[in-house]
Amino acid sequence: MLERLYESVPLLEILVDSFPKILIPGLTVTIPLTAIAFSLAMVIAVAAAMIQFARVPAAAQLCRFYIWIFRGTPLLVQLFVVFFGLPKVGVRIEPFPAAVLVFSLNEGAYCAETVRAALEAVPAGQLEAGRCAGLSYLQTMRRIVLPQAMRTAFPPLSNSLIAMVKDTSLAANITVVEMFRATEQIDARVYQPLALYIEVGLVYLLFSTVLTWLQHIGERKLSAYEYREG
Amino acid sequence: MEVKNVRKSFGQTQVLKGVDLRVDRGDVVAILGPSGSGKTTLLRCLNFLERADEGTLRFDEEEFRLGHMSKRDVARLRKRTAFVFQSYNLFLNKTALQNVTEGLIVGRKMPRDRAEEIGRRALSKVGMADRMNHYPSQLSGGQQQRVAIARAMAVEPEIIYFDEPTSALDPELTGEVLAVMRQLAGEGMTMLVVTHELGFARTVSSQTVFMEHGVVVEAGASREVFEHPREERTRAFLQTDGRAEGKD
Ligand SMILES: Nc1ncnc2c1ncn2[C@@H]1O[C@H](COP(=O)(O)OP(=O)(O)O)[C@@H](O)[C@H]1O
Ligand SMILES: [Mg+2]
Repeated sequence: MLERLYESVPLLEILVDSFPKILIPGLTVTIPLTAIAFSLAMVIAVAAAMIQFARVPAAAQLCRFYIWIFRGTPLLVQLFVVFFGLPKVGVRIEPFPAAVLVFSLNEGAYCAETVRAALEAVPAGQLEAGRCAGLSYLQTMRRIVLPQAMRTAFPPLSNSLIAMVKDTSLAANITVVEMFRATEQIDARVYQPLALYIEVGLVYLLFSTVLTWLQHIGERKLSAYEYREG
Repeated sequence: MEVKNVRKSFGQTQVLKGVDLRVDRGDVVAILGPSGSGKTTLLRCLNFLERADEGTLRFDEEEFRLGHMSKRDVARLRKRTAFVFQSYNLFLNKTALQNVTEGLIVGRKMPRDRAEEIGRRALSKVGMADRMNHYPSQLSGGQQQRVAIARAMAVEPEIIYFDEPTSALDPELTGEVLAVMRQLAGEGMTMLVVTHELGFARTVSSQTVFMEHGVVVEAGASREVFEHPREERTRAFLQTDGRAEGKD
């Protein structure tokens, strides 16, 4: 029955055949790359934001410099510098770790700004009240100010995460066989660019949709301390 | 507690021009004065939220220079004092009970069960026992301020500073907060209270200080200050009702 259908619509066979070949690199490369790089980006972002918020001398300037560089240059250029450029000075990094490095530094720079803005938005009285209650600066930041800031930062950070899932397709350019490069490889054999690229686009859409849904659940959980009528 | 010659400027404007103040153990001292006279700034300097330019602080038998406090001394003194803010400043991500226990568990390394026991007792005392698991956003202003007072009491401070604890509240809610403060005063808590509630100052505080333009105009036993003010400015302020003049 399926055979008959394939005979009349040959494109369908290609799409069905290629689906697992696209989805599997999506699950084994795109998602791990995003997850690892975004986790590292969060660590960088919180650290850089706190250093700037606390106006730590020298370190705060260093953070500004880092953010300036990584926000001010294209992601693709950063990938090329690290993967194709660094070997020239003897630093050879495998494609996947190189992608993790670049994506976490790039994303960290953007998210540092998000987190810093969220820290600034926490009323100054929260920090003062913590200090007056006998908490140290770091204790107050960790237990009072940062949790409130992360609540504010959660939607924009989710946004960044969703953007990053799609941006990982740029890693194709440094030979990481993630979802997009896998699609390119299939297309090189069967030459069905329209169907295949729409198909991979739909898989990205599926990933983003799941993340958006997770974002809503997360927001509902986090808003526990916000007043809701009833 | 005693401070001498506290001076503080913001840029060009000198806000505190040499303030002397003394609070003995068990005293309730009210600070009155029109808006902008430096009352909040004084309290903030006493708790190091603001660094005074000059002045000395004696706390028990120890002397400190306000402009040159070490971080360790600041941390140590803060653990012996508590502060109640005009805008409550309850930790927004913590329940009422957690607000009270946070300083005990995290700041003072007290075991959780003991801290919660103290927290529950403090909240009962301010009439908030039935709201222990509410977040600040679920409480009225008066309730929030009562939790803030419980938070201040729970750490058994040697003195509590209050900065206009009722001026953000509707008149109906003011009463419930003042009642808690009155009770606290009755138990012998040492309190330094910036307020525009003349009734509270007159009936509860043992000492009253009148401040204007960054200086203490008049200070003395509350009864004296209210019944026989020595200074013309004090008299005028008391007559025009500090509430109307000083509300900010
Ligand atoms: N952080 C600040 N920066 C600049 N000026 C300030 C600051 N805090 C207070 N002031 C000024 O100091 C003066 C005294 O303020 P404040 O201590 O709040 O008075 P009060 O509490 O008696 O109303 C006011 O003129 C106010 O504008
Ligand atoms: Mg004030």
